[in-house]
Parts: sequence; structure tokens; C-alpha cells
Amino acid sequence: MASKYYFINIVRFIMLVLAQVLICNNINFWGFINPIIYILFLYWYPIKQNRAVFIIISFFLGFTVDIFSDTLAFNTAATLTIAYLRPTIMRFCFGVNFEFQSFRLNAAPRIQQLTYLALLIVIHHTVFFTLEVFNFDNFLLILKKILVVSIASLFLCILLSSLFSVKKEN
Amino acid sequence: MQQIINFIFRNKNLLLYLFLLFISLAFTIQSHSYHQSKFFNSANWLTGGVYKTTNGIFSYFNLEKENQKLVDENMRLRRIIINNEYNEEVAIDSVALDSTLLDFTIISAKIIKNSYSNLDNYITLNKGSKDGIKQDMGVITPNGILGIIENTSGKFSRVQSILNRKSNLNAKLKNTDNFGSLIWDTKDFNTVQLIDIPRRIPIKVGDTILTGAASSIFPENIPIGTIKSFGLDVSKSSYRINISLFNDMSNLKNVYIINNTNRVVLEELESAATNGK
Repeated sequence: MASKYYFINIVRFIMLVLAQVLICNNINFWGFINPIIYILFLYWYPIKQNRAVFIIISFFLGFTVDIFSDTLAFNTAATLTIAYLRPTIMRFCFGVNFEFQSFRLNAAPRIQQLTYLALLIVIHHTVFFTLEVFNFDNFLLILKKILVVSIASLFLCILLSSLFSVKKEN
Repeated sequence: MQQIINFIFRNKNLLLYLFLLFISLAFTIQSHSYHQSKFFNSANWLTGGVYKTTNGIFSYFNLEKENQKLVDENMRLRRIIINNEYNEEVAIDSVALDSTLLDFTIISAKIIKNSYSNLDNYITLNKGSKDGIKQDMGVITPNGILGIIENTSGKFSRVQSILNRKSNLNAKLKNTDNFGSLIWDTKDFNTVQLIDIPRRIPIKVGDTILTGAASSIFPENIPIGTIKSFGLDVSKSSYRINISLFNDMSNLKNVYIINNTNRVVLEELESAATNGK
């Protein structure tokens, strides 16, 4: 059973990175909207796992995407931040009961799942675009990018997560 | 002592997070201030290999358009050759046929990863140091300039596009010797800005902008674009000109890398001149 978890997560890691760098980085909708979908890895990652390992894996996830898209290292910092904040976000969305053994992500109400995903995306994009622009003179540009790209990412992530819905995990 | 160990144990996730965040911020600051690190970029064997493989599939979809572009370029070059055979004095603005042929050598390459929607854009090419490509060579397309080689690995290289906040090239108005700096304000991927052209120079919309002579990277008179609009900068003493590029930055495939064979000599001269003062 444990090896199955490893296998699924490794496949997910590779597929999400490839989908991100080969497809989503080339969408360029309106010239600048490239949705970020590899956040789904963190969304799907089992809850009852060692937190330090999770943070290290997220670091490498962001780093891999960064190397592919020549954005060293905005993705890394952003992914790392949401990996560290994930328990807090989950407590905010699902209340304390996510810590119980019986909690399942896909058994939670739809609106709670959406809030969870949206929070991950918004925090990720805030860190990402702040680091990318790296200049608070362009504050409006940062806000515009966060808002528009977050909506696009959320839309695509919802589509993907319902397409590959997780039945037997968590 | 016990308390310190306990503290580390209790906060090990926070400490791990801060440590890794520090690493990524160090990379970020480095990438904003100077060339990105030698290995961690899209020109290494792994990322280059992935892009090359997928590009091998997707490049077939655009073959017809790419062929048309290359035929157009051939036609233009062919016209110059034919005219030149009858009239030796015709001015030539092509590198390949210029009398400076010995000063510049050309390597052809293909783009395997293009990017134009970020604030700092980099392009990956399918040739690297094994094909003779080195850092700081100029890259052009059939239509105009594209950027400068920033990193090379054995088989791939990475170009700092002109659509990059770090890009700063020498450019001039056609048929004059007034030159300025070519920069990008990150707003539109088909428009770049030319600054530092003095106010007294008469310019008008539609004028052509070429690369200038003050650079050892590009030969003089490589086309860049035409003036789209212009205004004065904050100091009111020089123009800030918007240039619409000849290249469609979102649709590029074949590029040429220019190697200035005299560059080492030129740079030695320049550094000797500055050191001598």
C-alpha cells in the first residue's frame, strides 16, 4: 500500500511538471496569462505524512519547474510557502476535523475543497508575482497579475481535479 | 543545551522552511542582479533534452509557414546577389554578403523553447558549445535581432531575449549615426523602447531602427523595427521611442548566431584604453 502511494506521487510529480512546462507555460492567453497547475500536487498530497518530507518535495517541485521555465527561483519560494502553510490553510477551511484519521478530502463539502484550492493558488501567486516583478513601484502590475492569473489557474485546476478525481486516497 | 535542542526539535519544520526559503531567495536575488547560475537553467541536458524531444513533434505543425519564411529570406538574399553582380556599388545591408564576411561567422540553430510573456524572457536553442557557441554572441532571425547568448551547455544554449529587463543593446536611426539604448518596458511583447536619442534629432513615425556600431556583439545595420510612437523622457532632453519589432516574437523558429571573430581583440583594446586612463 505504501509503495502505491510513492508510485502515484512520483507519477503525479512528473506529469504535472511536464504539463506545466510544455502546455501551460505556452498558453499565453491575452499575452501574459499562463495558468499554474502543478499546485494540484500539493492539493492532492496525502495529509497524514511527514511534514518535513512534504516541504522538501515541494521545494524540488518548484525548483524543477523553475529550471524548465528559467524563472529561478520564484516558483520554488512560492511552492515552499504554500507547502509550509498547508496545515494552517486546511485548518481554516475544514475546521479541526481534518486532523482526524477518518478525514477524506473528497468527502469534504465541495465549497470547502474550493476554498482550500483557491487559498493555495492565491498565496502561491502572491509570492510568485511579487518575486517576479521585484519592484514595488509596479504594485498595480503585481495586483493585476495575481488577480487574473489566479482566476485562470483556479479554473484550470478545478477542471483537472474533477477530471482526475481521487477516489481511494487521503 | 537541552532547551536549545528541544527548540530545534519543536520548530524543525519552520527552520527547514526558512532554510529552503533562504536558498530560493538567494537564487531569486542572484537572477535579478546578474546572469543566472551556470547549471540551473533551461539549457542543461535534462531540460534541453525534454524540450528537444517535444519540439521534434510539435515543429511539424508549423513547417509550411517556416518554409515560406525561409523562402522569402532566400528570395531577398538572392535579389541582392543578382543586383550586385550587375552593379558592384549597390549598398548591401546583409551580413552574409558584406565585405566584413571575414569578421563575422554565422551558425544556424532552431528555437526549442520560446518565451515572451514573462518579465524576463529567455529562449533555448538546440545548439551549444559543441557547435562553437559561446557566451555573449548575438542572435538574429531572418527579420531582425533576437537577443544575446547567456549560457551554453554542450548541446543547448540559452538566449537572453531583447524582451528582458536586463537587456540593453546599442541601436541607431537608419542613415544617421545617432545611437541610443534599446530596452524593454515589459508591457507589450512586440514593442521595445529606444532611449537616449537627443531631442534635436528629427525623427518621425515609421523611421527604421538598426543596430549601432558601438557594440562588439552585433554587426552594424541589423534591422530591429520601425518607430511606432515617441515622446520626451522625464529630463525633456532626449526621446523615448516606442519601436514595433520586425520580428513576431511569439512565432519564431530559425535563428542565426553571429560570432564576431575580432571581438577578443576589440575588447582587449577597450579594456587597455580604460585601464590606461
